[in-house]
Order: sequence, then C-alpha cells, then structure tokens
Amino acid sequence: MSLAELVAGIIVVALNAYAVLGGADFGGGVWALLASGARRERRRHLIAEAIGPVWEANHVWLILAIVLLFTCFPPAFARLGTLLHIPLSLVLIGIVLRGSAFTFWRYGGHGDETQRYWGVVFAIASLITPLLLGTTVGAIASGALGEPGGGQGAGFYRIYVAPWLTPFTLSVGVFALIAFAFLAAVYLTLEAQERELQEDFRSRALGAGVALFFAALAALLLSHRWAPRVREALIFAPWAVPLHLLTATTALTALAALWRRRWRVARVAAATQVSLILWGWALAQYPYVLPPDLAVEAAAAPAVTLRLVLAALALGALVLFPSLYYLLRIFKSRQPSEVP
Amino acid sequence: MSDLLAARSQMAVSLAFHIVFAMVGIAMPVLMVVAERRWQVTGQDVYLDLARRWAKGTAILFAVGAVSGTVLSFELGLLWPEFMRFAGPIIGMPFSLEGFAFFTEAIFLGVYLYGWDRISSRAHLWAGVAVAVSGAASGIFVVIANAWMNTPTGFELVAGRAVNVDPLAAMANPAALPQAVHMTLAAYAATGLGVAGIHAFLLLKDPSNAFHRRALVIALLVGGPAAVLQPISGDFTARHVARYQPTKLAAAEALFETQAPAPLVIGGWPDVRTRTTPGAIEIPYGLSLLAFHDPRAQVKGLDVVPRDEWPNVPIVHLAFQLMVALGTYMALVVLWAAWLGWRGQDLVSHRWLMRALTLATPMGFIATEAGWVVTEVGRQPWVIYGVLKTADAVTPMPGLIVPFLTFTLLYCFLAVIVGWLLYRQIVRSPQVTE
Repeated sequence: MSLAELVAGIIVVALNAYAVLGGADFGGGVWALLASGARRERRRHLIAEAIGPVWEANHVWLILAIVLLFTCFPPAFARLGTLLHIPLSLVLIGIVLRGSAFTFWRYGGHGDETQRYWGVVFAIASLITPLLLGTTVGAIASGALGEPGGGQGAGFYRIYVAPWLTPFTLSVGVFALIAFAFLAAVYLTLEAQERELQEDFRSRALGAGVALFFAALAALLLSHRWAPRVREALIFAPWAVPLHLLTATTALTALAALWRRRWRVARVAAATQVSLILWGWALAQYPYVLPPDLAVEAAAAPAVTLRLVLAALALGALVLFPSLYYLLRIFKSRQPSEVP
Repeated sequence: MSDLLAARSQMAVSLAFHIVFAMVGIAMPVLMVVAERRWQVTGQDVYLDLARRWAKGTAILFAVGAVSGTVLSFELGLLWPEFMRFAGPIIGMPFSLEGFAFFTEAIFLGVYLYGWDRISSRAHLWAGVAVAVSGAASGIFVVIANAWMNTPTGFELVAGRAVNVDPLAAMANPAALPQAVHMTLAAYAATGLGVAGIHAFLLLKDPSNAFHRRALVIALLVGGPAAVLQPISGDFTARHVARYQPTKLAAAEALFETQAPAPLVIGGWPDVRTRTTPGAIEIPYGLSLLAFHDPRAQVKGLDVVPRDEWPNVPIVHLAFQLMVALGTYMALVVLWAAWLGWRGQDLVSHRWLMRALTLATPMGFIATEAGWVVTEVGRQPWVIYGVLKTADAVTPMPGLIVPFLTFTLLYCFLAVIVGWLLYRQIVRSPQVTE
C-alpha cells in the first residue's frame, strides 16, 4: 500500500466516523421533526440530550476529511470546490443552521415560544443537510466530475448543475437521509430511559431499516444509467459479492436484534452496516479519488507532505482516541438496565 | 460587482464573522476555568454561578464559531481552488494539526458543559483547562497558515509550480511567530476587556452587586495583561512587516516614497493619484524610529513596486490607524485600573474608570477586525505574497454575487440572534450582596 493510498484510506475512515457518529446526530434531528403524538416533547428532549454533548466532536470528522483532502489531494479538492460549488454551499448553510439552531434551542431560551421555533429550524436543517451531502457523494460516485472543459461555450447549467442533479445523485441523497435516520433511531433505543420511548424508536428503526433497503435498491437501479462505473465495480469486482453478503448479514442482524429488543447488538450491527456500504462506495471508486480521471497516485501531494501528515495523524490519534473514549464513556455508556 | 470582488467579499465576511467567535472560544474558557477554580478554593457560590453562566455563553458562541469555521475550510475550495491546488501540500500541515486541536476542544467542551454532575470536580476543572489550551493551539495553527501567505517559505518556484516542498519550513515561516503572538494576545485582550466592559456597565447601575464585582476582577486579570503586552507585540510585528512585507507597511503608513528618515503619518485620507495624504499629521523621524528603532533608517515606500501591485492604500491606512488607536486606548485603561488597584483603591467606586471600561467593550474586537483588514487587504493583489495573485486563484464559476449575498444575509441574521441571546442572558444577571 502506497502512502497516497494510506491517506486516502484514512479519509474514508474519517468519512466513515462522520457517517456513523455525525450522521446519527442529523438523523436525531429528523426524528425531532417527525415527532408527533402524546410523547412528542419527551422524544424531542431525549434526542436533544443525546446529541448535546457529542455533536460538535462528531462534526470534526468532516473537517478532518476536508483538511486531509486539500492537503494530500489538492487537485481533487480544487475540482470538487469548483464543480460542486452550489450543493456544497447549500450543505454549508445546512450545517450552519443546524449547529446554531441546536445551540439556540438548548442554551438560548427560557422555555418560551422562540425556543421551540429554534427546535424546528434545527430539525429542518437536519433533514436537508444529509440529503445534500448524499447528493454530492452521488455526484462524485457517478464519475461526472471531469475536467471542466469548454469554458464559456459549455453553459452554466451543464458545468455547475447537471453533474450533481440527476435521479441517481438524488437517490443517494435520500439513501443517506434514511441511513442517518436509521442509525439515530437504533442508537436512541439505547439512550431511552423509558420503556415507551424505547418502543417508539424501535418501531421507527425497523421502519427506517426496511426503507433503507428500498432506497439502496433504487440507487442501484438508477446507477445503471447514471453511474455505470461504480455499478460495474459493485457487481463484478472480486470483492463485490462477499461485501454484499456481509452487508446483508449485518442488515438482517440489525433488524433481528431490533425485533428481539437486543439494543446493543442492534447498535453495532447498524453502524457496521452503514460503514460497509460506505466502504463499498470507496472500493468501487478505487483507484480514483475523483473519477473519471483523478487517480489516487496522480492527484497526491509530494511524498514529504504525505509523510508529515501521516506523522501528524499518528500524533493526533494519541490525543484524540483517549479523549474520544473518555467523552463517549461519560455520556454514552449508560446500560439499559440502569433505567430507574 | 465583479466575480473576484464578490469572492473576496464573501471570504472577508466569512472571516470577519468567524474571527469574533474564534477569539471568544479561545479566551472565554480561561475565564470560566478561573471562576470555577475560585469557587473550589473559596467556596463562594457566586463563582460557581459565574462559571456556569460563562459556560452557557461559551456554548452558544463556540457552536457558531465551529460551524462558521467549517464554512471557511470549505470556502478555501469553493472560492479559491487554484490557491489550494498550489498551497494545499505546502501549508496543509498546520490545518491538519488544527483539526486535532479542534477535536480536543470540542470533546472537552462537551465534557465541561454536560459533565457538571457526571465527573469529579477535579476532572471537570481539567476538562475546562483542556478546552482553553486546545482553543489557543487551534488559533495558533490557523494563524501560522495565514502567516505563510504573507511570508511564503518551504518551496521553490519553478515555472509556476512548487517544487522541493518542505511543509515544516513553511510552518516555520518568518511571520508565524509575530502573528501568532499578536493574535493570541488579541483574543485574550478583546474577550477579557469585552466581558469586563459589560460588567463595568452593569456596576455603574448596581455598584454593590458582588456578582459583577467578581466577574470584573476575573475578566481584567485575564484581559488586562494581554492588553498591556499587545502594543509591545504590535511594535515587534510592525518591525517585522517593515522587513518582510514592505508594501504592506508602506500602505499602512501611507508612505508613497522611499525615505530616509521617514516620518510617521497619523490620520488623513491618502490620495493615491497625487501620492499625498491630505489632513495628516507628520511626525519627523517617527516611522524610521518605529519600524527600525533607528531615526535615520530608510523605510521603503510604495514606489518600490509597480503601481498595479499596490494594495488599497486608504483602506489599509485607515484600518491600521484604527487598530493602533483602539489598542492604545485599551492598554491605557488597563494601566489606569492597575495603578488604582495597586494603590489599594476600590475600582468600582471610580465611576470614570467604569465608564472608560464600558467604552472599551467592543474595542478589542473592532481592533482585531481592523488588524485583519491591514494584513489581508495590505497583501493584495497577492494571495501568496509575491507568488500567486488573488485574481489567478479565484474559482471560474460565474455569478459569485449570489453566494456572497446569501452568506452575508445568513451571518447578519445569526449575528442579530446571538447578540439578542447574549443580551437576554446578561439582563438576567443575579443580585448578589457581599
């Protein structure tokens, strides 16, 4: 494995962590938006309590991925910034509104009307941001982000809109949204202290888990026309069938565990399932950091930069992982049996 | 509005917005940790109340700082793809380190804010210390990256491409130390005096309230030393700029022609057509003394570079004067307070000192914004000084006025909300008698 491949792998790890940790924070917002019925406020409170201590730390995974991308694969970052300017700007607006509205909701108010209003802004931003994030991932996977040629003649729409606005990219957006909601619901069964809330999120997790299957199917069907390269790899690569079998197994395990109320097993299985899907995308795209033409090796920064960044990552990991473990131990280690 | 100007304006708005929250994120944890420590030592509940209220304010400001910082990291690519294509491998290193510092900050802020009842009071205090240290570290790393844009090192330029890249030499660029010191001091001075000013204002109305008295002392202890050291750091930085970025200094001082000795130009509105500064006061030998500590030293003027490589002289000059004036005022007010305190007097009973402190509330932040205008506008037309022009770094995407206006509106909206939330929190201050 070359240095560049190693760094590319670490970027996928960071995105993976962002998906299973930060993604669930977005998913929590989705459930806050959809909350209705008698236990609405209790559910919202639970969601906010679950997100509060960790969402900022979870968010840093995305920043880490971006920093590694622009340090180690600058041509890919430059082209992404240029061609995906519009969806990425919208993602940023979503991120800004989600984060600030959440804090205004939890810290700013005194239990009045305005405070509830921020809860709504937070929830809507939590719904829209994953959609757009998924759409940009879909645009990358579809291999439509080639060197912007033609200049003036090519037209604004063809260069800056068409690559990311296709049925396939949108289906990936929907997929990401459902995956994040699924993760959140699964995690919340563990966070809930009351039986009723656990059951609420159990049924939501089961529903989302089934919906996720159909979203994946839709994306696969649409990839036939809009993302042929990735589809090819996902079907014919030597790793494809074992990976799909493994993903299917974890998906069924997650659903079965939810059915039998084995919350901890469900949490591990659901996170593994989403991770495997993400790695499937990364493998299908290999050797390109940005298909159709920017290969990992060709787009990489000089070796000295890669070596130093890897050293910084090793050093940073020494600080990061104990700290992260400490944070999650304090706030996420509550056993369901501790329910008073 | 041209696309280049729109991109520059969007970057300026994003930075100007973020910097306020970043500074508060660096200094506020120090205040809350000091208050919490005072509570542990003295057992007075007023300190605990202070620590909790400051933590609440920090939570709001840090969150907005975190998301607006994310916007900036993306905007590097959204607005300046060619800059990042060139600079990414050279200067990505401090950004990577900043990533980890920010991670640590976010993790321990979560522990601090939500862990009051879940961990020991010792562990809680140390979590606050970790937030303060990593906050300062992440600020320093970002400033190092900016310093490289001013004094680029760690590569060789061959036919427009960077070769022999050395990221460590890039981090050790000449401007890194003076800029990092100046900005870190600015964060403590602006936040400390900002908080002190708010409590001084409230003490004018309610002089016996122990809550505000304690808050004032802590804020002055954190912000005061930084405010006094800042002019010294400023002198160090200016002498450095005189050597390494002569056009920036020339624009800041409205020095059109290279002179020995050079006068100090105070005030006025530089006229680039006539190359004069009407309305200015000139102090002979002043600039030579300040820039080189030698009254006869030659100071390079704007004439050392072609006219099309001048920055916007009036803006840089005005911003520089504003920064120096506000910084001087802050240092003097702190010295006054220190003098009174040293003589054992009750600061709060000096109503004019309280008024002077109230006036200083926004000054550190305005001075910092002005300082960033000097360093960023003063580097134009270059994005990497002497290496890459800003016009060659901008994205080819047309219609950049749309994202500029969108983000400007978004940030104005957020600024109003944050201001209102903080105001609501401040007016609900508790009544505590001695």
